[in-house]
Amino acid sequence: MKRLSWFNTVSLTLGFAFLYVPMIILVIFSFNESKLVTVWAGFSTKWYGELMQNEAFLNAAWVTIKVAVVSSTIATVLGTMAAYVLVRGGRFMGRTLFSGMIYAPLVMPEVITGLSLLLLFIGMGLDRGILTIVLAHTTFSMCYVSVVVSSRLVTFDRSLEETALDLGCSPAEAFRLVTLPIIAPAVISGWLLAFTLSLDDLVIASFTSGPAATTLPIKIYSAVRLGVSPEINALSTIMIAIVTLGVITASLVTKRQMVRQKRDEQAAERT
Amino acid sequence: MRRFTLIAVPYLWLLALFLVPFIIVLKISLSDVALARPPYAPHFDWATGIWAFLSELDFENFVWLSEDDLYWKAYLSSLKIAFVSTVLTLLVGYPMAYAMARAPEEWRATLMMLVILPFWTSFLIRVYAWMGILSNEGFLNQFLLWTGIISEPLTILTPNTAVYIGIVYTYLPFMILPIYAALERLDDSLIEAAEDLGCSRLTAFWLVTIPLSKTGIVAGCFLVFIPVLGEFVIPSLLGGSDTLMIGKVLWEEFFSNRDWPVASAVAVVLLLLLIIPIVLFQRNQQKQQEAEQ
Repeated sequence: MKRLSWFNTVSLTLGFAFLYVPMIILVIFSFNESKLVTVWAGFSTKWYGELMQNEAFLNAAWVTIKVAVVSSTIATVLGTMAAYVLVRGGRFMGRTLFSGMIYAPLVMPEVITGLSLLLLFIGMGLDRGILTIVLAHTTFSMCYVSVVVSSRLVTFDRSLEETALDLGCSPAEAFRLVTLPIIAPAVISGWLLAFTLSLDDLVIASFTSGPAATTLPIKIYSAVRLGVSPEINALSTIMIAIVTLGVITASLVTKRQMVRQKRDEQAAERT
Repeated sequence: MRRFTLIAVPYLWLLALFLVPFIIVLKISLSDVALARPPYAPHFDWATGIWAFLSELDFENFVWLSEDDLYWKAYLSSLKIAFVSTVLTLLVGYPMAYAMARAPEEWRATLMMLVILPFWTSFLIRVYAWMGILSNEGFLNQFLLWTGIISEPLTILTPNTAVYIGIVYTYLPFMILPIYAALERLDDSLIEAAEDLGCSRLTAFWLVTIPLSKTGIVAGCFLVFIPVLGEFVIPSLLGGSDTLMIGKVLWEEFFSNRDWPVASAVAVVLLLLLIIPIVLFQRNQQKQQEAEQ
């Protein structure tokens, strides 16, 4: 077993302190009695209580979740289709343009994507609201999904699909019974990525939402611009807790899967 | 027929919601401001025909951009901020990625998770966390006052320092992950061989480790540089009123001044600036893929 040299230990400690100390301070001060965020005045959960009373935040949270669920689901379907076409579709007219349109949104500054979509919606005479945010989020997150899914499709043994076809499956059946179960983990992580991207997005949502629909990041941003407030600390703590639980669960599940896979492989070798 | 739908649905979606909007931006950037809704002229009108429409387009907005100091300064300062913060992120991220790749194998999954966890946490919240630390009455000042290092609060939030800290903090995972991926594949025996052949550890690192992790370094740098160039949230929350970044200028031009043609022209120029790094990035990725095969 290798041991870490002192230099590596120091850089890991400092690096992770840099990543985590700001968040820990944020969480601690969400339990602060005082309204002043930087002066400790005793333990209290009153900001969580006030947050639960705040209709505007609750409404915004509800809108955000609806948008994220719908847009990430459509994005997963479209992104998986796009990945399948790019990896298995062979040649077709305009393939270069298609793959360009898949990769470009990944590196596009959000201000440009937001501005261009807003101008499109106004040109079409669409009222800005939940629908327009869903359309915008689906468009950029389907590209992320397609990148995640195609990286799995590339490493996938094609002969399995061919065997299914030889044994009398229709192409649709072969996809449903063979391909989909194998790429399922990638499809699920694509969905999760699309979901968090949508939850997180401030810039594109600001351009494409109207007064009728405000998402949580827009709400947080307008509150935060006025300065630090303990209510926002409480809200942030809740969000950090949810993400932490999610990531830890996901990593435990993958770890168990890997252990099981290893055991299966060993069993297969013995027989 | 089935293959046709499979291709057509995502294709048409992207055409309608990605390509067409760009053409509209390009068109509006060549139009004049008008006090109407939508606030630009000319509108496309089938009756007058395409030539009449095209003849009204001009490069006025771009000329205006090039004449106004504000835009030059904003582009240059965005480039400078993006460049400096990419270098800073590399300096912080490389040692971390290196240490992760050298850590005992059973730790690596946990270390990876610790790097990825902040990446899943809301961007806005991570920037907000620094507002409480760097503001004039924030923790950093209080801590320094308490230890007696300084006797008067420093202003950290106004100059660009706070923006750099915010960028390095939020983009660090993008730098660490590709470098770690490159370093993890590195064969230790190469370094041992270099040391056996008389290299000091530092020269071995410089001559073997760095060149072999080059693709990871390049990928990480582009993953930081490209999005930072158009960054809006960090300069608007952590920067002062004198922090100029082009994403912020575009936002203000659109939401505060309501000058859509100029906002669109700013977007077009930003896109032109980005084309070079994006093409270089694509090349780097392709080279890496070829090397893997």
